[in-house]
Amino acid sequence: MSDADVIVVGAGPAGSCAAIAAARAGRRVILIERGPFPGSKNMYGGVVYPRILDELVPRWWETAPIQRWVVRRSTMVLSETGALTVDYRSNAWGEPPYNGATAYRPDFDEWLSRQAVAAGAQLVTSTTVTGLLRDASGRINGVRTDRPDGDLSASVVIACDGVNSFLAKEAGLYTATDPANFTLGVKETLALPKHVIDERFGVRDDQGVDIEILGGTSGVNGGGFVYTNLDTIALGAVLKLPKLAAQKKRPEEIIATLKAHPAIAPLIEGAEVKEYSAHVIPEAGYSMMPTMVTDGMVVAGDAAALCLAAGIWLEGVNFAMASGMYAGEVAAAAVARNDVSAKSLTAYTDKLNATFVLRDHKKLRKVPGLVLSDRVQQKYPAFVTSVVERVFRVDNPQPKPGLRRIVREERKRAGIKLSQLIRDGWTGLRGFG
Amino acid sequence: MTSIARDTSWPEISFEERIGTAEFRIHERAHIVVDGDTCRGCSTRECVVACPANLFVPTSDGGILFNYENCFECGTCYMVCNKEGAISWSYPEGGFGIVFHRT
Repeated sequence: MSDADVIVVGAGPAGSCAAIAAARAGRRVILIERGPFPGSKNMYGGVVYPRILDELVPRWWETAPIQRWVVRRSTMVLSETGALTVDYRSNAWGEPPYNGATAYRPDFDEWLSRQAVAAGAQLVTSTTVTGLLRDASGRINGVRTDRPDGDLSASVVIACDGVNSFLAKEAGLYTATDPANFTLGVKETLALPKHVIDERFGVRDDQGVDIEILGGTSGVNGGGFVYTNLDTIALGAVLKLPKLAAQKKRPEEIIATLKAHPAIAPLIEGAEVKEYSAHVIPEAGYSMMPTMVTDGMVVAGDAAALCLAAGIWLEGVNFAMASGMYAGEVAAAAVARNDVSAKSLTAYTDKLNATFVLRDHKKLRKVPGLVLSDRVQQKYPAFVTSVVERVFRVDNPQPKPGLRRIVREERKRAGIKLSQLIRDGWTGLRGFG
Repeated sequence: MTSIARDTSWPEISFEERIGTAEFRIHERAHIVVDGDTCRGCSTRECVVACPANLFVPTSDGGILFNYENCFECGTCYMVCNKEGAISWSYPEGGFGIVFHRT
């Protein structure tokens, strides 16, 4: 008999949800984590949208270790000295059933793994999976670990081993990996007293703020973010890898420049760096995704590039949790009917296609490329902010210039051709569906 | 447009202090190996700029000095590297390496 029906590699949000779903279906599940505890290798830029947990962990908000409920969602466009912010607030988001939360991933992921253990999964930490095992026919039937006598056999392996997914690569599910599909996220966790954060961000109690930023990344394509935890602020930058490498500017220098922006500096004044962190993000969405199933294995979460970086929407943990849950359900059903072939496991891909997981990604597949394009990154922030600056600047005794004239002049000043603006606008409109 | 002076009203920290805020449980075996000979023929040195932990340091003789201990295990170095086989990258032993707490 094999060591388990289902082996899940990686106890992040995808892995723990896969383990919960498979264990609830009555399967024997081993959940393997290479860190000393689940979440210890994980970092993000930061909001969890846990709606999908309603199904898996009813009333999750009563026990989940969240920092603050996001009641203010801002999108900020930064030029060298200006800032244009669109800010939406709803205090209803701070009440059950909630919308999004900030959380420390080491806390949140560890909590989610405990739900898997409660469902009957066996959690094994401090164990690195080093490769796949295959039977004589080539079907994957287990994993090799770095423990002595560490081979573990199973009917199905669910690879939730993160953005670098050596398992998906070893299984041949990625044809090629282009660095242009990835960004580097770097983040500072900055300590300030809770009441100072409340005052600066206009919130109370456990209300929180998430600010996503376009521009302000020192000419390296990407973006920035600022969000509130209870007594820390997280501030970071997301940087397109080839551009970062070509720019000759180091990640911590880009963060320092972002922190010094006149719209950001007052928010973090006096704050001390408590923890510096970095992680790579699969940024390109649908176009970079691997084949999701093979004989004896399925892939979920960041390992399957299921991270949505679509401008105004920046989500990942929810896609990881949902894909993991579906992977666990499908794996359990495949074991039950004693057919773990790729054909049988294709029910997983069908499920992703039928739900938000791939429907959102397919609908928005043109957006990540547009958002990271040179024009959107290098020219539009200055263009947009200078238009707004001129609209609101009062130059009496000069009469107000017409809006069309301002747009035309600033567009030319920014070096944007009208045809390009129309084309990008059309791509954006169509892309956002 | 008027230029506004850059605001730096927070405590400045050195890179060593910055890395010192993260916890690394260091294993004696290096999980990343860099082939110095291959690096000697590289003029672009993407890893030196991009590695968030600043683990790649150019030497005066044209090589690269590499240190695995304070690695975030992000994967940036091998992704940006243009030289086939220059960086052999794997995860550290289970339980070792970066341990995040408030990320």
